[in-house]
Amino acid sequence: MTTVIRVEDLHRHFGGFHAVDGATLEIADGSITGLVGPNGAGKTTLFNVVAGALPPTSGRVFMDGEDITGLPPHELFHEGLLRTFQIAHEFPSMTCRENLMMVPGSQSGETLWNAWIGRGRIAQEERALLKKADEVLDFLTVSHLKDEKAGNLSGGQKKLLELGRTMMVDAKVVFLDEVGAGVNRTLLNTIGDAIKRLNEERGYTFCMIEHDMDFIGRLCDPVIVMAEGKVLAEGSIDQIKSNDAVIEAYLGTGLKNKETAS
Amino acid sequence: MDFLNAFVALSNFVLIPAIAYGSQLALGALGVTLIYGILRFSNFAHGDTMAFGTMVAILFTWWFQSMGISLGPLPTALLAIPFGIAGAAALLLLTDRVVYRFYRAQKAKPVILVIVSMGVMFIYNGLTRVVLGPDDQRFADGERFLIGALDFRRMTGLEEGLAIKSTQAITLVTAIIVVALLFWFLTYTRTGKSMRAYSDNEDLALLSGINPERVVMVTWLIVAALATIAGVLYGLDKSYKPFTYFQLLLPVFASAIVGGLGSPLGAIAGGFIIAFSEVGIVYAWKRVVAHMVPEAWEPEGLLQLLSTDYKFAVSFVILVIVLLFRPTGLFRGKAV
Repeated sequence: MTTVIRVEDLHRHFGGFHAVDGATLEIADGSITGLVGPNGAGKTTLFNVVAGALPPTSGRVFMDGEDITGLPPHELFHEGLLRTFQIAHEFPSMTCRENLMMVPGSQSGETLWNAWIGRGRIAQEERALLKKADEVLDFLTVSHLKDEKAGNLSGGQKKLLELGRTMMVDAKVVFLDEVGAGVNRTLLNTIGDAIKRLNEERGYTFCMIEHDMDFIGRLCDPVIVMAEGKVLAEGSIDQIKSNDAVIEAYLGTGLKNKETAS
Repeated sequence: MDFLNAFVALSNFVLIPAIAYGSQLALGALGVTLIYGILRFSNFAHGDTMAFGTMVAILFTWWFQSMGISLGPLPTALLAIPFGIAGAAALLLLTDRVVYRFYRAQKAKPVILVIVSMGVMFIYNGLTRVVLGPDDQRFADGERFLIGALDFRRMTGLEEGLAIKSTQAITLVTAIIVVALLFWFLTYTRTGKSMRAYSDNEDLALLSGINPERVVMVTWLIVAALATIAGVLYGLDKSYKPFTYFQLLLPVFASAIVGGLGSPLGAIAGGFIIAFSEVGIVYAWKRVVAHMVPEAWEPEGLLQLLSTDYKFAVSFVILVIVLLFRPTGLFRGKAV
């Protein structure tokens, strides 16, 4: 399997606090890689650095062998690297349909000149986008919400919309930050199915932060465990569950000590 | 009692001037509100941007006048507006390039950008005065009145006269056209949508592949157009003096804040609220009231709430009241 994303000795410090402290990891092309770890392990910071929201203190990020360290998010977008947020982001004053139609940026109507002159071509583009947006909403089983303002959606529906955004283009790698958090079971299954289908049918590579072990077990292979800014372990979900270092990081050493004592 | 005469006097001294002034403030406030919504800071240099754009327009007006080009009854300055816009746009883009871009890359806090914009304001202010001098400049030509007071009296036989200056009519018509174009642009064009998206949620806009530099550039271009048009209309209607434009900053900001910073609709409403309050409060109502009540009750005083010198205090008071009771403005802009 080829590697699509490689993170090399990445550091990100906030003052004296080392949120990411020398993380090195690889994400295989076509995989659904899970990223787990206790709160404060540096998972989201790692995402932020890889996706260009924060510059790294040191270290490199490669995509398909090319150095993408520090590229701004809109350039990474055009390279095919997308992400979603832990707390769902949306354009609150726009409808769901319009939210999706904002993707992709840099359409030809986006220059001041074309906005007034090239109306025909833009209208054509917009029609194609509209069709696609409706398909995506259909796929996510929320087509009844298409004319609803995104700001009025529930938390779970906003998460779906976020996932929908990544479906508007042919992404290569999608980073999902707790896409399942705060989402009920039924909706979670919808999201899980969507991720699987995107992975199988359209060849998306996913890397997802998640706390729900069942959800991870159902989707992810391999799973990477982070703790204190470093990568602690990597392997299948079963390997991870039986890894001593992982149990220690999650539950502390107390439990194990008691076990050995008895 | 004579309601018709009272109404004519009211129109002549309050309604028409306030509508014209309100349109000018609204155009100015739209620029401020766009910058606040998209670039996320209060641009103190906006008044002087208006002054600079107007200065360029004035220079071109004089040149056209010297060459004998004119629009007949319309002021020549209308022809010069596109050149004024181009001048202001060049200045704003240059400023963005050498000043604001640096602070954007640093992700500087809004308050730092506000202070930076004050520095920019002093530079613009100096620039305008170096080129054109600090004095009053006359550049209005063409027909002065659409309807003169005397003509009106002769036509209607009323005691009160009603004068509509052609600049007032031009102001209103231009403002309506500009606002309609702006709203159409923001609502329906792809560029407008990406600007709104960027204003709604910057992070997400970037993740949708929207190029922030392009959004910023388009914003400055639109702001240049709004500022220059507002400035030229104000200059035609009243007079052009660089320092007056600096003072205009207060009512312009008051308009934007009263309406809700970041809300274009609010900027327009705010402009008219401030204009009507200013004009209404410093107007001597004796004349209107005298027509409305029996002769015996005719007031002795001028019935002027505040002297004209306190005009700017009115914006301040409204500003304070709105900030106290509805800090996000009438149209719920972004929190200040």
